[in-house]
Amino acid sequence: MAGKPKVALYWCASCGGCEETVVDLAEALLDVVAAIDIVFWPVALDFKRNDLEAMPDGTLLATFVNGAIRTTEQEEMARLLRCKSKLLLAFGSCSHLGGIPGLANLFDRQSIFASIYRESPSTVNAEGVLPHLRHKDNGHTVELPGFYQTVRTLSQIVDVDYYVPGCPPTPRTVRTALQTLLGGELPPKGTLLAPDTALCEECPRKDSKPENLSISQFKRPHEVLIDEEKCLLAQGLLCMGPATRGGCEAPCIHGNMPCTGCGGPTSRVKDQGAKILSSLASLVEGKEVAEIDHALATIPDPVGSFYRYSLPSSLLRRKKLDNSKDLETSPR
Amino acid sequence: MPDAMPNSSQAMTAVAVQSPFEPRIVAFFCNWCTYLAADLAGTSRLKYAANVRVVRVMCSGRVDPQFVLDAFAHGADGVLIGGCHPGDCHYQEGNYKALRRYRLLKRLLGQMGIEEERLRLEWISASEAERFRWVMNDMVEHVRVLGPLHFEPAKEVFAEEVAV
Repeated sequence: MAGKPKVALYWCASCGGCEETVVDLAEALLDVVAAIDIVFWPVALDFKRNDLEAMPDGTLLATFVNGAIRTTEQEEMARLLRCKSKLLLAFGSCSHLGGIPGLANLFDRQSIFASIYRESPSTVNAEGVLPHLRHKDNGHTVELPGFYQTVRTLSQIVDVDYYVPGCPPTPRTVRTALQTLLGGELPPKGTLLAPDTALCEECPRKDSKPENLSISQFKRPHEVLIDEEKCLLAQGLLCMGPATRGGCEAPCIHGNMPCTGCGGPTSRVKDQGAKILSSLASLVEGKEVAEIDHALATIPDPVGSFYRYSLPSSLLRRKKLDNSKDLETSPR
Repeated sequence: MPDAMPNSSQAMTAVAVQSPFEPRIVAFFCNWCTYLAADLAGTSRLKYAANVRVVRVMCSGRVDPQFVLDAFAHGADGVLIGGCHPGDCHYQEGNYKALRRYRLLKRLLGQMGIEEERLRLEWISASEAERFRWVMNDMVEHVRVLGPLHFEPAKEVFAEEVAV
């Protein structure tokens, strides 16, 4: 046992789907356990932060971190895991790009707290108590992690060696990542462990994509009966395929749903949302402003659609903070 | 799509007294029309606001929305795209593609807390030096009234947080 490489898995601001994908390895999980020792995995194993702190630096061959960085605790754990690991991997969209939790960057802490703890219809909080860092009760003090204004990606906090894309990464992607780590010859630092081509390249409907596409109206999946053979863009569905990295084997397309962009951009693109905006808008029918606006109005939420997984890693990173508000910079 | 010629010189003076804010405008001009108009304005010795940093591109259709967002993220207070009049594109359709992207990009900027007026698309042909001058001055005045974008300070808040 002692000779096997040690590996840790950790979660930050995420839904748990990335943990699930490890289980989705099914029988292959047995091979994984035969090859490595999982020494820290809060969702499944009873090891604590103290156990991790007790390890000498660099003990772990690799740590897979999923989830974005939203709280001070997540940031501390990211830094701690960085010290203890030879290789740190951003695992899944949230860690890689910010993910769904990253859409909270359209709001600030005050409005998030107000919405969650005061205004939501199911909340009972007559005294209007908000979370705070320290609370004293009967001589005891309890502490909560601080909550940042802005959701960040793992690489905005610590040095990241490799990225495993996907929401969640598919079992095949996970297997490839593990094989790469254990295979001896490591790829250069910063490598994304997936092909560097757009999803359209591996799309089963590739051949049905018309040469010239012109869209007069975008349709949402619940509004139409989707043809199972035809290119989804050609059916007017907002498919992120042209601006999204493939390698996932297109499970969404196989499920007759458009790509929502979880693979992030390819290496030639900095900002996935801007790129799909560019691509889709140029396909819109019309040469007059009114006609164009009419067609584009069928995309009700451009940021939510184009940056569903990548807002914190985009060029702007977040909605501009309102300078007129008293925005404390320290987490709370 | 020229806006009505505004009488904003008074507003401009009023703001200038209060603060020394000088808008930083990044402009992307098409090689065949607006850039030549800028050239003509220069050789005609027309005077206009010096706030505009020009990037020459082959076509307004070459302006990737990433260029615009990058400019705002790095301190631009306004971004101006100049292209050929409808029907006059050197590459047939490039300016229509620019127009479609521009209409959607403005909405996206609004969602990100950036006033839509900070992004502007103008058709200026190679012979329209006078119109070029008016657009430059008008853009600068509009952005001056809006004030500094301060997207950078928003990122500083972010940096301070990291340091905690």
